[in-house]
Amino acid sequence: MIAPTSEYALEVVNLKKAFGGLVVTQDISLAIRPGERRLIIGPNGAGKTTLFNQISGDMRPNSGQIKLSGADITRLAPYRRAHLGLSRTYQIITLFTGDTLEHNVTLGLLGLRPSRWQMWRPLSFYGDLANEARRVLDAVGLLHLAAHPVSDIAYGEKRRVELAMALAQKPRVLLLDEPLAGLSNTERSQVKSLIASIPRQTTVIMIEHDMDTALDLAETVTLLNYGRVIVDGDRDAVIADERTREVYLGV
Amino acid sequence: MKWIAATLLAALLVLLPSFAGEFYLNLSSQILIAVIFALSLNLLVGYGGMTSLGHASFLGVAAYISALLTSRYGWGHGPAAIVSILGTTVMAALFGVIALRATGLGFLMITLALSQVLWGLAYRMSDVTNGDNGIPGLTRPMPFGIPLDSPAAFYWFALIVTAFAYLMMAIFVSSSFGSSLKGVRDQPRRMAALGFNPWMIRWIAFIYAGFWGGVAGLLYVYYHKYIHPASLSTASSAEALLGVIAGGSGTLGGPVAGAALVLLLKNYASAYTDRWNILLGLVFLFIVLVMPTGIVPGIGKLVARLRGGSR
Repeated sequence: MIAPTSEYALEVVNLKKAFGGLVVTQDISLAIRPGERRLIIGPNGAGKTTLFNQISGDMRPNSGQIKLSGADITRLAPYRRAHLGLSRTYQIITLFTGDTLEHNVTLGLLGLRPSRWQMWRPLSFYGDLANEARRVLDAVGLLHLAAHPVSDIAYGEKRRVELAMALAQKPRVLLLDEPLAGLSNTERSQVKSLIASIPRQTTVIMIEHDMDTALDLAETVTLLNYGRVIVDGDRDAVIADERTREVYLGV
Repeated sequence: MKWIAATLLAALLVLLPSFAGEFYLNLSSQILIAVIFALSLNLLVGYGGMTSLGHASFLGVAAYISALLTSRYGWGHGPAAIVSILGTTVMAALFGVIALRATGLGFLMITLALSQVLWGLAYRMSDVTNGDNGIPGLTRPMPFGIPLDSPAAFYWFALIVTAFAYLMMAIFVSSSFGSSLKGVRDQPRRMAALGFNPWMIRWIAFIYAGFWGGVAGLLYVYYHKYIHPASLSTASSAEALLGVIAGGSGTLGGPVAGAALVLLLKNYASAYTDRWNILLGLVFLFIVLVMPTGIVPGIGKLVARLRGGSR
């Protein structure tokens, strides 16, 4: 499938999602350019993760539209979106704990390859997959742990495996849901430089509470509150905006 | 060390007819058939996380198709076997579409219900299936003109088929698709986000398991030369499921050990008492309490601990 070209990597138009009477995202619209680094901020319960879940297809919006490089993906199953170049990480670490790091990253590679349907050939015969998985692990600095099961490694390393799985797919649009959550200062700077090194072919949209670190990575910022876009624009403009202070400082 | 053990085991299995009597050969053939059946069920239960209580449907239907085609319509064994396996596989595809509308308990209940329907049909449609009398007087095939009527000949035949089935299923679970299946079992949402289609993966695994269930059914009807609705019953499905869980689901050795255990208990205990089910129940209770993950993983852990302790 060739997606229609568009000036936006990801477009969200009037997205609405309600759980019964509780409206979680109302009328959210975003337009993100290819290669952009977008930070999404807002207090707890502002609808940030719900927005991500709708973009990735884990939740269906009640109304509105989601476009990936101009192609309408609002009703596509999550796995079809992955094949169109969308990747995500989870706020709550979601890895295959009994498997090795190499196997976890290999699954990320396999997901987009036709060989995932192959039943007559052991996975270990695919040397190129293993090499590629190790290359990605090397890029996130975890090659020395490639043969260890995920259950053996530290929390901060698991966060990096989450990133590695998504990066292995060379996505056009990458959604990062609190990639710094729960990390120590050293781990934080490691993951930060990792995110900074993501190639420009990938558009990065990030939810993060740690402003000090995240603002350095962002070019543009969207502030959500009560399921609405409050301010949206260049980083410095959003930070300077009165409404941002209002939401965060309550003045 | 591993290779030596495997070679010895293979030699033992191949040479069994030269030192074992008829009783043991027949018992071994039955175990081999149960092993294929348990391995196929384990693809669903252990590797797919889909616990089924209706797997006997595939064994029973394959057996009935072969029995009817050869005895009633005078078909040769070759074409009857092909139609039987094909029919069973198509049925698995249909059952999969229905059962995979749910996961977990819902899935279990649907597989149970579907197999009960088939069991009821086999009982009630007595003009076709001969009902409770079953279909007696069947024959065994003669592959390449070799008669399989002697216990030794049938044992070797079953051994070849079982070895092939084991190999195919071992490759299956270690393949890319096997990894996809295990991934969907552990983290379906993540797998979907990575580009895998969870429903399609489960469905294909269901069909593949149904295919091997059908192969077990063919061997079953060849061995017994008789088929009865009981082969389709929930008890038949549950017995295999117990074997898989007791042996260790999600491992290749587990279903082999479990299926052998069930048949040995059944054969030995039933010689002494009619209530052998009680004994079977007690043995399973013991296994589940002492080795919750099954015999094969349990013994593996025990060996590891002993080795670790002696150092």
